[in-house]
Amino acid sequence: MKILIVEDDREAADYLEKAFAEAGHTAHVARDGETGFALADSGDYDVMVVDRMLPRRDGLSLIAGLRSRGNTTPVLILSALGEVDDRVTGLRAGGDDYLTKPYAFSELLARVEVLNRRASSKEAETVYRTGDLELDRLSHTVKRAGREITLQPREFRLLEYLMRHAGQVVTRTMLLENVWDYHFDPQTNVIDVHVSRLRGKIEKGFDSPILHTVRGAGYMLKAG
Amino acid sequence: MALTLPPIMRTTAARLSALYFILFALCAVLLVFYMTSLSTSMLATQTMETINEEVQGLDRAYRRGGLPFLVRVVEQRSRQPGANLYLIADANGRILTGNVESLEPGVLETDGWTGTPFTYQRYGEGIIERRTPNVNELEAPPTATETRHAAIALVSRLPNQMIVLVGRDLGEPERFRAVVQRALIFALSIMAVGGLLIWYFVGRRALKRIDSISDAGKRIMGGDLAGRLPVTGAGDEFDRLSENLNTMLTRISGLNEGLKQVSDNIAHDLKTPLTRLRNRAEAALAGNPEAEGYREALEATIAESDRLIKTFNAILMISRLEAGYSAEQLSQIDLAAAARDVVELYEPAAEEVGVKLEAPVTGSFIVDGNRELIGQALSNIVDNAIKYSAGAAEPTVRVTVERKDGAISLKVMDNGPGIPDPTDRDRATERFVRLEQSRSQPGSGLGLSLAKAVMKFHAGRLELLPGSPGLTVVMTFPEARSG
Repeated sequence: MKILIVEDDREAADYLEKAFAEAGHTAHVARDGETGFALADSGDYDVMVVDRMLPRRDGLSLIAGLRSRGNTTPVLILSALGEVDDRVTGLRAGGDDYLTKPYAFSELLARVEVLNRRASSKEAETVYRTGDLELDRLSHTVKRAGREITLQPREFRLLEYLMRHAGQVVTRTMLLENVWDYHFDPQTNVIDVHVSRLRGKIEKGFDSPILHTVRGAGYMLKAG
Repeated sequence: MALTLPPIMRTTAARLSALYFILFALCAVLLVFYMTSLSTSMLATQTMETINEEVQGLDRAYRRGGLPFLVRVVEQRSRQPGANLYLIADANGRILTGNVESLEPGVLETDGWTGTPFTYQRYGEGIIERRTPNVNELEAPPTATETRHAAIALVSRLPNQMIVLVGRDLGEPERFRAVVQRALIFALSIMAVGGLLIWYFVGRRALKRIDSISDAGKRIMGGDLAGRLPVTGAGDEFDRLSENLNTMLTRISGLNEGLKQVSDNIAHDLKTPLTRLRNRAEAALAGNPEAEGYREALEATIAESDRLIKTFNAILMISRLEAGYSAEQLSQIDLAAAARDVVELYEPAAEEVGVKLEAPVTGSFIVDGNRELIGQALSNIVDNAIKYSAGAAEPTVRVTVERKDGAISLKVMDNGPGIPDPTDRDRATERFVRLEQSRSQPGSGLGLSLAKAVMKFHAGRLELLPGSPGLTVVMTFPEARSG
């Protein structure tokens, strides 16, 4: 994956560049908004990570500029501002995801990988399949190895999200945001309990595990 | 070019006084001018009517008794005090009788009204000036101007071509005008003096008040933050201004106080974990140089900094909400749905620790709120309730919503040990306060403070009430204004 990082803090940018490289991606760094815009406009990037406060041109204006030129590269906004409203402004400007500083790199990586896959989105598909697990979005039914599994509405949405991003790491925060539409940190890790309940339903009585815990990051739905 | 006014004119009071004075004076002059011109014209009409009547009377006298009777009547009328002007002259303009001794030349030559006022001399006046007898009085130059008066008259001819003049002195309207003029000057002077006095007392008083307010302002700016603007108790607009500014100052100093408290708390409560963080890193460096040891130390460091970030975010959020400044938008949300969402989120976690979490909520309860903030506050409260009731027999947490007196209450009831001491219940919502019994539980001590700040932001309130048993936390919202 080719990633453009627009971040003015040298240390943070270098760290991101190195960390993305270690994760097997190519990352380029621009240190101000204008350079970032020029690079994004000419280069063919899969995902952009844009800081909100940048010299010469702020992040939101950069994104809006790209969008007005028909550039649809997924953008993740990094920001020190964390209020819900800031998030809304960021997404309205054309950002696809929003992450508040300070963040864990595992969180950023998971989100960037999800964004990359969004281009080839499964949004249009009505049936998701992972291994022998099958989820029908229209009839709201879930089957594994042909056997129907009964899920609560929230469990269904949780599984739907996990299956849409099957093979990718999904963090707890991503689940909380996308399945529950909350952006705060619950004090207790309530998400883990939801996931283990779901795991019980889709794994109990079947041969192989399918919902994996990725240590220090989150969860991944993967066959085999 | 800048017009520099003397300092006294730079005060609003002086300017207003001057402006009012000029306006009033202008009005007075206009009024007086209108009145005098109206009364002068009325007087003139009246005079002319009188003269007409006189002429008709004389005409009747002439027709009844001929010239001798006319002359007698004229002489008789002439002698009355304050009489009109009467004059009978022959066809050539020679005066035969009447009370007029001399006339401006040419007056008798045309019949009808004398178009413009003319001057004349009354019979018996100006004798001293006329040392040398002059035969032709009418042609004599008017030597004694001070005894000549202005008058208007009606000139008519008798059938025998003799001239009859009846006129009236114009002295009266002129005297009237003089009186009005004096009155006007007098009134204007009184107004000027009155204006000055009003300015002196009112303006200077206002100036003094303003000066005292700006002095107090300077003192406050100078660092006397507890200082307030003077309020005299008169209840006038200056008092209202001072009161409002004082309220503002109190609010500002409240915010300031809050900010100070926050920084104190940050200093105190973040320093401890930061020290711990540093010590751990130091110990790892000094200790066994094994990969596993480093790994453990680093993981602990990350966990500790995550906790720090959480605490820091919570502090920031609380102070923003308490300051009433937040970009968060309010919209109409259903509290019942918000409660169900949070309960649904926590239900598996509660079950895991053996707590029954239920929300027998039906219907909809609309408030002006922010789903995210309310969700966060409620989840903090529910989280606490689960944590503290976990040890009880048949631990249960119930979340209910009810409407009462135009307010909507969201209640979270647990059957744990509760907080028996009322003082402790009050303190529980303060920042970083962790009651003795909760020391063993994980948490930053900010959960309830955040909930309280969220309620304050929603113009509602957070109350901790004793349950039976356990603790009941009540979040009270004002009902949405429009439906």
